[in-house]
Order: sequence, then C-alpha cells, then structure tokens
Amino acid sequence: MAEGQIDEQLRSELQRQGVWVTSMQELYNWGRKNSIWPLQFGLACCAIEMIATAASRYDIARFGGEVFRPSPRQADLMIVAGTVTKKMAPQIVRLYNQMPDPKYVISMGACAISGGPFKQGYNVLKGIDRYIPVDVYIPGCPPRPEALLHAFMELQRKIDSQKLSGANKAEFLKPEQPSEFPVPEFAEHDLNPPANPNTYHPPALERQG
Amino acid sequence: MTPNPYLFIVIFAGVALAFPLLPLALAWLWRRFFQPPKPGAQKNAIYECGVESIGEAQIQFRSQYYLYAIIFLIFDVEAVFLVPFAVAFTGLPIGAFIAILIFMLLLVEGLVWAWGKGCLNWASPSSPQGVFDRTGT
Repeated sequence: MAEGQIDEQLRSELQRQGVWVTSMQELYNWGRKNSIWPLQFGLACCAIEMIATAASRYDIARFGGEVFRPSPRQADLMIVAGTVTKKMAPQIVRLYNQMPDPKYVISMGACAISGGPFKQGYNVLKGIDRYIPVDVYIPGCPPRPEALLHAFMELQRKIDSQKLSGANKAEFLKPEQPSEFPVPEFAEHDLNPPANPNTYHPPALERQG
Repeated sequence: MTPNPYLFIVIFAGVALAFPLLPLALAWLWRRFFQPPKPGAQKNAIYECGVESIGEAQIQFRSQYYLYAIIFLIFDVEAVFLVPFAVAFTGLPIGAFIAILIFMLLLVEGLVWAWGKGCLNWASPSSPQGVFDRTGT
C-alpha cells in the first residue's frame, strides 16, 4: 500500500522539509520488527550460542529482541536452538501452537534444520520444519552469535516486507491459514505422523536421463 | 484564579484510566479490522509449558512438612540464643549456665515429645491422613 499510495519522490521531498509521511502498514511493521520477543527455550549446544547472543558481548537488545519470554503467550519468535529429539518434538509443536499470532520460527543450527550430525540417530527428528513452518534457517554447528544476529535481521526484513492487506498479505492475517499445527504422537517406531504434509515440502529429486 | 485543588486528582484519575484503556481499545480495533481471530484448543489451554496437564489441579495436599518446619524453627531460635551465650561464655556466672541449660532441656523435651508422637516419621502408615496422594482420587 505504501508503494501504491505515496510517491517515493514526494515522500523524500517532504522528509527534507521536515514532514514525515508513513502508512499504517509501515508503522505497524516498524513496531513489530523492533520488538521481537523470543521464547526462552533452548534445546542443546546452540542454546549456549543463543545465550551468548543475548548477553552483553553480542547483545541482541540492540535489535529489540532481548526480552526472552518464559511463556509462549508473550512470545513472537521461537528460536529452535538445538537437536530436536522425537521425545521433545510434540512439546515444541505444542509450544508453537500456544504462541499468539503473528509468530515466527528461526531454525538454528544443523540439528534443527535436518538432524545435523545426529541425523542417523533413531531418536532425532530430521528437522523441525517437518511440523512447523520455519521462517529463517541458520546453518552451522553451532552457528556463531553473529549468525543468529544475521538471522534476526533477516527476520526483521521479512516482517518489514509483510503486507497488511491485498491478495498477498501476510499469512497470519489470512483467516484460512491455521494458527495451530497438529501435534505428533509417539508411535511404535517413529512419531505419528512423521511429517506434516501441509508444512513440510522436501525438495524433490530430479533425476536426469 | 487558582484551580480547584481536586482538579489534579481528576486529571490524574483520567490519565490513569486512559493509559491502560487506550492500548486495549487500539488492540481491539486492530483485531476487529485486521487480525482474524484464530482460537484453538491448545492455544486456549490453561497450562502453557508444552506438556499436557494430567489429573486435577485441586487435590488434597498432605500438610506434613509443617511439623518439620516447626521443629526446625524451635532449634533455629535456640541457635540464636546459644551463639551470643557461647561468645560470652567465659565471663558469665554459673546461674546463666544453669538458665541456658534449663532452656535447652525444655526444647529437648519438646523434641522428645514430638518424636514420641510420631511427628518425625514421614508419611507413616499409622498417621491419620494416609500417604500423599498425587491424583486426588
């Protein structure tokens, strides 16, 4: 809407004259992206890097994300920091379900993306994106705090670009988009279901010849 | 002309009301026009720590620990009296020594009495309330 309604040239001209023009969408996204409250929740060694990011040296407070909330009701962002075991996966999905919209997920580290070095393990979930939608992936084992900050900035960019209205408005504003995702159950050999087909879209193998 | 001194209280009350109500009204308007409500069974669940709650929250809780707490408190207070006594021990007459001995004997008597009543047995089968019951059934 900002692109459609306000002429950029006029806007910068006004700004030079000391008049600041904005839109509801920009104001809303500006407020949201600068106060992302993460869920206080770590799973493995990546959580140590997450703690370092929150502490004074790397200081995620510079980006407005220092308020780690111990309750999912008050959190905007879930940083899945570490190996997700199959025992833990239902709890993570349930915590995600209990977060209010709009909510975002950062999949931090190789384990949260794909199972990482423990991918062959019988008890390790091969990526949290099998059950919940992930916004930003951070590779690394574990990723440096700078990488988490970079992911945080990427998420801020994503929030900033979300539309409030129109056909391609943000997913959480669409009434048909679910806010809760099915929680997997413990089955004999694996979690049931092993992945949520609505959120999990693995890259298809393309064989030649 | 000086304003009514109570005017400031009225202003203060107005600001105090508007301060919480304005954000709530804005949030309500936002929900009304932009954000579709998406309630759900888990989202609205009372317990919020990722695990599902088991059983009832309103259970009979066995209040046994308070006996230990009371007995501990007696000897805690005794220590408070004993430490200054011990510090000044060499300069005290024999009467003070006898007095503190009687004081300790009284407390020890209380302990013996509690012991004899079975207060130091944790969840003994003979105790009237029975063992601590998790499910409340």
